[in-house]
Amino acid sequence: MSTLTATTEEPRTTAPDRPAYRVTGRRVLSSEWAKLWSLRSTWITLGLGLLFLVAFGLIAASHYKSEIDSGHVGRDRDFATATAVSLSLFGTNFAQLALGVLGVLVTAGEYSTGMIRSTLAAVPRRLPVLWSKATVFGLVALVVATLGAFVAFLFGSGIVSGTPAAMGLSHAGVLRSLLGAGLYLGLVGVIGVALGSLLRSVAGGISVLVASLMLVPGLISLLPSSWQDNISPYLPSNAGESMFALTHDSTTLSPGAGLLVFLGWTALALAGAAYRLVRSDV
Amino acid sequence: MIDARQLTKRYGDKTAVDGLDFVVKPGTVTGFLGPNGAGKSTTMRMIVGLDAPTSGSVTVNGRPYARHQAPLQEVGALLEAKSIHPGRSAANHLRALALTHGIPRRRVDEVIELAGLGSVARKRAGAFSLGMGQRLGIAAALLGDPQTVMLDEPVNGLDPEGVLWIRNLLKTLADEGRTVFVSSHLMSEMALVADHLIIVGRGRLLADTTVGDLIREAGGDTVTVVTQDPARLRDVLAGPGVDVTGRIGSEELQVTGATAREIGLKAAEHGIALFELTSRSVSLEEAFMDLTRDAVEYHGSTTAVETLGRPA
Repeated sequence: MSTLTATTEEPRTTAPDRPAYRVTGRRVLSSEWAKLWSLRSTWITLGLGLLFLVAFGLIAASHYKSEIDSGHVGRDRDFATATAVSLSLFGTNFAQLALGVLGVLVTAGEYSTGMIRSTLAAVPRRLPVLWSKATVFGLVALVVATLGAFVAFLFGSGIVSGTPAAMGLSHAGVLRSLLGAGLYLGLVGVIGVALGSLLRSVAGGISVLVASLMLVPGLISLLPSSWQDNISPYLPSNAGESMFALTHDSTTLSPGAGLLVFLGWTALALAGAAYRLVRSDV
Repeated sequence: MIDARQLTKRYGDKTAVDGLDFVVKPGTVTGFLGPNGAGKSTTMRMIVGLDAPTSGSVTVNGRPYARHQAPLQEVGALLEAKSIHPGRSAANHLRALALTHGIPRRRVDEVIELAGLGSVARKRAGAFSLGMGQRLGIAAALLGDPQTVMLDEPVNGLDPEGVLWIRNLLKTLADEGRTVFVSSHLMSEMALVADHLIIVGRGRLLADTTVGDLIREAGGDTVTVVTQDPARLRDVLAGPGVDVTGRIGSEELQVTGATAREIGLKAAEHGIALFELTSRSVSLEEAFMDLTRDAVEYHGSTTAVETLGRPA
């Protein structure tokens, strides 16, 4: 058994000879970083997110431009108030699905495959794993989304230049909107991570994510309108939208307030995930 | 060194592990035996902190597993279920685990070679056969060069060459002074590698013994003697290596260390009447079956088991 010689030749068991390994927060971070990039699904889904963000922005801008050129713009209410920013960020809705789902996969994927047992055996204190996953994936999603938002705007504003929607990067609020969109999508990624860890199921995590970001706003419209006005701005999707919308009115939150509310939702999801991670068996 | 004290795990009404007390010592291979569903895997998960005990405690090298600075250096565990992401390559899987502890890349390559995974280390782990997956799990267990190695059913799914490899590996690890704790539901496999045995059934400890003791006490070379004068026969037979047991007031004695022929001759020599003289030989497999069947049939009463299973 020549394969065994590696162990037999090692200096053994006296404590001082043993290398001083140690689990640290930074090492758990680097482990999660390595894990994220060693899966093909990461590259594919991030690519999709970026593609959605840029492609849908460009499609919206081109559509607007062709409507303007043919003189039909008054017919479409959405287009009447359109700006280069709103058109370019049209893809945010689709990109949030890709990034949120990847966030769910980062955590729930470990439960469905059994990888979580290896992960938590290596880091039995558990919480550093959740914080590291949220940090690593949140930052990656933030960078990809911010990049996508700027690319979409650069080309989108080029397409709609010379129309009523035309805007430059130096226009008031544009920079804030683009950064806000990146931050929003980064936080959606973190919420995905938290939901996946909380529910321990890929299907469950994605369902709750889609429901809270896309279905709940629709359901709220069934409530009496006085309630709607009080609740609606604070929903995750609407608060998030305030972060990157260029214009705000009495029915929406300011960008700062929107950010705070959305951070609150993110913190809530993370707190739930942390509670379950520490309390339940794997 | 693993030290379990009154370790208990309940899932609702079902008690999976019921007040287990045992110590696994360094330098030997300790087999953890029991039928399927006896609580072996649950116990092992509690040792590495994946499941929290309902009551009682288990420590590794003096501390709960989660309190160690470098847990992978204390215990390397192969758990029964697959614990890998099928989309990641074997090398990347090990690398990610190594990074949490600051284990150098050199050590990752070392365990890949050790487990014989060199040719497939860059392939997706999802495409691995059962045996390859098992080797990857063992490579992960050895990654931190741990003092204690714990393997749950390691020979499952291995071909004969793999089984032999595991046997040699376990012996090597124990010879190096490590604590080796291996579970199995196959007595025959354990008999080949384990020196010490911890046997459980229905979550309870049935025996904490050695392979030799188990055979002897399960009646491996036992002779049953029924005699008119058990007290005298006892004195007559007494000698080095001979062990005579029997209940007070009963005419029946169990003798180990002497053959039926020797006992018969001794009795005749001293004029002691014998009514029955039966020798019984039991295989290790049978001994195990007897022990675990008792646990199922008479569970709740451990007296029969205690006299059998706990040599003073």
